[in-house]
Amino acid sequence: MDFGFSISRPRAIDLDKNDLSISRNALKKMPEFQACIGCGGCTATCTAGNLTQFNFRKVHTLVRRGDYQNAYDEMNKCMLCGKCRLVCPRGINTRGVAMMIKRLLSEY
Amino acid sequence: MTKKVIIIGGGPAGMQTAASLLEMGIKPTIIEKSDRIGGKLNDWHKLFPSFTPAHEVLESLKQKMKEARVITGTTVEQINNEGVSLNDGSIMEADAVVVASGFNLFRAELKEELGYTIYDNVYTTVDIERMLNEGEVAMKDGRTPQRIAFLHCVGSRDEKVNQRHCSKVCCVTGVKQAMELKGMFPQAEVYNFYMDIRMFGPGYEEMYRRAQEEFNIHFVRGRISEASETIDRRVQIKAEDTLIGRPLKMTVDMLILIVGMTPGESNREFSKTNGIELQPSGFVAPADNFTRNTCSNAKNIFYAGTVTAPKNIGESINEGAVAAQQVAKYLKGL
Repeated sequence: MDFGFSISRPRAIDLDKNDLSISRNALKKMPEFQACIGCGGCTATCTAGNLTQFNFRKVHTLVRRGDYQNAYDEMNKCMLCGKCRLVCPRGINTRGVAMMIKRLLSEY
Repeated sequence: MTKKVIIIGGGPAGMQTAASLLEMGIKPTIIEKSDRIGGKLNDWHKLFPSFTPAHEVLESLKQKMKEARVITGTTVEQINNEGVSLNDGSIMEADAVVVASGFNLFRAELKEELGYTIYDNVYTTVDIERMLNEGEVAMKDGRTPQRIAFLHCVGSRDEKVNQRHCSKVCCVTGVKQAMELKGMFPQAEVYNFYMDIRMFGPGYEEMYRRAQEEFNIHFVRGRISEASETIDRRVQIKAEDTLIGRPLKMTVDMLILIVGMTPGESNREFSKTNGIELQPSGFVAPADNFTRNTCSNAKNIFYAGTVTAPKNIGESINEGAVAAQQVAKYLKGL
């Protein structure tokens, strides 16, 4: 019987339950991906982020934490212009990271 | 008449002060409260960012100051114009005093919510140095850790424990130990929870990057707010991943608290002496932050090392050399 109530799902990122295999694979393929210092330069310059809710820093951090929900759809907002790569102070191939996440998550 | 110089404290700063004074023909006396010189350097394993064995630095300092007179097992209780008074009630006369009494480590058990000394597998960075020196790092029951979390800023930048200052060297210590443990346990996952990573010294930022890229250490920006023990004696931790804006929880085999520096326990007593003032943090205030870092406001009392602020070993040693020079200049004018 449906009384019209529901239980909220916990919002916490749970590193005990998350499947970290894709994240591990991604960090193995591109170790530079781990060198992010969270400055947000990529997001600030992002063409897509200027027009939509897309936040590249947030999406790739979630992927690193094994939280892939919506990440593929989010990543599809990226137009691969590569401006983020020009500003990254850590010299990360951010465009390559975006491509890799899309590839790894296409079957998720 | 030979001039008498007393150095309070036989750590790196005091040892270098003695070494530099000896080079200038002055034979000082070091008064050390513990039973051996070297200070906390005795307890460290390897030093950041070069992973130099701590005993190498200690031996080189010992070599340089071996002609100095050393009194161990003795505590200086007060500093006055004529010299210092000791814990056995005697007074030792001196023309100049160098205060190199150092710092104390933050007592992690004060952050009760993190469970140090309550849970089996919560450690401090000091415990890890000891374990590394003993050659074995393991969980309390001897198991090999598969998941390790470091927490930065324990006893730093936290007014809940009256430590508003940044202890400066703990960031790099935590990253160094993360690399050492990842090196020992390549299969283990290592997480560092930080608020800011302050890599102030030469080679530190480069080391941090190696930790991320080559050692695959996960850095999560957020402070662990509480820890609790699971039924199998592991530690469950909660934090916010502030770069995502969501709470984060996980269970780890070892939680390592990166403890900061608190002002030396004798600072308050010393500050009763004219010319010695305390900063709000409890560290002693130098006469001037730019040009007189090793001077007090009393003409015959000088400072070296972490008595005035958190410093790394190199900086403390440099101050020892500067303090010695100031002492020599002062004695010449007598």
